[in-house]
Amino acid sequence: MSDKIAVQVDDLTVAYNYKPVLWDIDLEIPEGVLMAIVGPNGAGKSTLIKSILGILKPIAGSVSIYGKSYDKQRSLVAYVPQKGSVDWDFPTTALDVVMMGTYGSLGWIKRPRQKQKKAALEALEKVGMLPFKNRQISQLSGGQQQRIFLARALVQDASIYFMDEPFQGVDATTEIAIINILKELRKAGKTVIVVHHDLQTVPEYFDWVTFLNVKKIATGPVKDIFNDDNLTKTYGINYKVSIQE
Amino acid sequence: MDIQEYFSLVFSDYTLRTITLGTAILGAVTGMLGSFAVLRKQSLLGDAISHAALPGIAISFLITGAKDSNTLLLGALVSGLIGTFWIRGIITKTHLKSDTALGLILSLFFGFGMLLLTFIQKQPNANQAGLDKYLFGQAATLVESDVWMMAIVTGICLFVLLLFWKEFKILLFDKDYAKTLGFNTKTIDILITSFIVLAIVLGLQTVGVVLMSAMLLAPAAAARQWTNSLATMVFLAALFGAFSGVFGTAISASQNNLSTGPVIVLVAAVFVFISFIFSPSRGLLFKQIRFIKNRRDLQLHKTLAFMYNIAETHDDISHPHEIKILNNFQGFTKGTLKKLVEKNYVTLQGSTWSLTNEGFKSASNLYNQLTKNDE
Repeated sequence: MSDKIAVQVDDLTVAYNYKPVLWDIDLEIPEGVLMAIVGPNGAGKSTLIKSILGILKPIAGSVSIYGKSYDKQRSLVAYVPQKGSVDWDFPTTALDVVMMGTYGSLGWIKRPRQKQKKAALEALEKVGMLPFKNRQISQLSGGQQQRIFLARALVQDASIYFMDEPFQGVDATTEIAIINILKELRKAGKTVIVVHHDLQTVPEYFDWVTFLNVKKIATGPVKDIFNDDNLTKTYGINYKVSIQE
Repeated sequence: MDIQEYFSLVFSDYTLRTITLGTAILGAVTGMLGSFAVLRKQSLLGDAISHAALPGIAISFLITGAKDSNTLLLGALVSGLIGTFWIRGIITKTHLKSDTALGLILSLFFGFGMLLLTFIQKQPNANQAGLDKYLFGQAATLVESDVWMMAIVTGICLFVLLLFWKEFKILLFDKDYAKTLGFNTKTIDILITSFIVLAIVLGLQTVGVVLMSAMLLAPAAAARQWTNSLATMVFLAALFGAFSGVFGTAISASQNNLSTGPVIVLVAAVFVFISFIFSPSRGLLFKQIRFIKNRRDLQLHKTLAFMYNIAETHDDISHPHEIKILNNFQGFTKGTLKKLVEKNYVTLQGSTWSLTNEGFKSASNLYNQLTKNDE
């Protein structure tokens, strides 16, 4: 972790209809952290990521990536959407999906070539999915599909990675494989931001955490702020998480 | 005229050639674009668009008083596009779901179109007859210039498709992700939708407002069954569409001039039917066969595993056992035992069985095999 701020969010407010989903969020994410965003269902965790990435238009507020707008810094950012957000029966192969990670750097019209294919194969190798490169994506297990999504983001070779519930519905092997890759990314100085559900694993997996429930409750190092007080504030009930010392 | 006669005439007879070429091109372009509609889960959009085109035809006639097909189809294009944008507007601006928006626009525009048609028919104008052919289409009215029009649009469509192939694919699969990569998804979206509208309008004269959506969906649905690649699917859909057009025209021309549009749609439906049943990977027939085979294999495996567990308790794996022991086990049947004997896994002697070396080896590998297959 360095002193640089990778992602800065100021006064961000997002509403789908009348009710705000995110209210006046200020957030500074330092470079090089592996951060979990936690909060109850409907807390706006995915919305926060999508607003930072420009998928959703906020009512107010601004987002900057290394001091500039997202539009200018696109190439520094990779995104892993929720697995359930796409139709896995789409007629395409694992390799083809991972190749999509190169589309951004290619820009309009240009086709992926050997160089892009090589990068995609390397990413597949990294997530242990190389033997499945020609597999139709519907014939992959949930964990394998998640790894394909991760590989697609790795191909983007970004500095900041946003991941929306990468551990949802995956088997234990995949969970370990994914967290190892995330830790490697952090080691390489990348910033990784993960929407996360399993509170038990937060201290083990992450070094930074943001508590979110429409408003930002707290953000900071896990060892300082991951406590019953913040959990109770975020989840509304008297929440006790037994952290193994 | 029988089918044979049709195919001998199709190259020499002007009318037959024009109609056949027209329906073939139409089938190809709608099949191609239909793949996108199906994959975007917008199957019903085509239906709504084609119905929404009807008032455009009527209004275009009322304004110009001419029955020139290009003028009328221009009207259809405009009102089809208006209908499409209203549907999009309703979905994004209100809480209504897309099926409601589609149904609403479809019936509203179609109703208005029918109203205009009856109004036109009451007019004291000799020129009015024949507009109702756009309801079910009449391939016989196709002339060479219509076919040229179709060919040009198909050519442009193919060019754009190849040019923006990568963009279309990523939009279809993962729109949000495409957005984060910096693609203007709205532009791609409008491009696809406009081409779908264009293809539908082109087909109104031949297949008609009511059946047009089948031309869009049937070839695509059939093609999806045969392949797991988007490019192959689009190609197959175009092929199925073109064949539906040709065969439909052939049947209609050779069978007492049956109405061409419905026959084409029925031929396309036959493609769908065959594909649903006989496709090797997704078809119902092979699925059922695989299912039965898997069950049999499992039964065999379970029986073998059960025998293995018993044999394991003895020093000598080929120690003979009474068949009765197997009675406790539900999977035991004479059939499965016989099959195991055939595979040389088990030997039967009277009412006793014993595991062979091969059977023992195979059974001990069973677990490994199962996990291997699972990967």
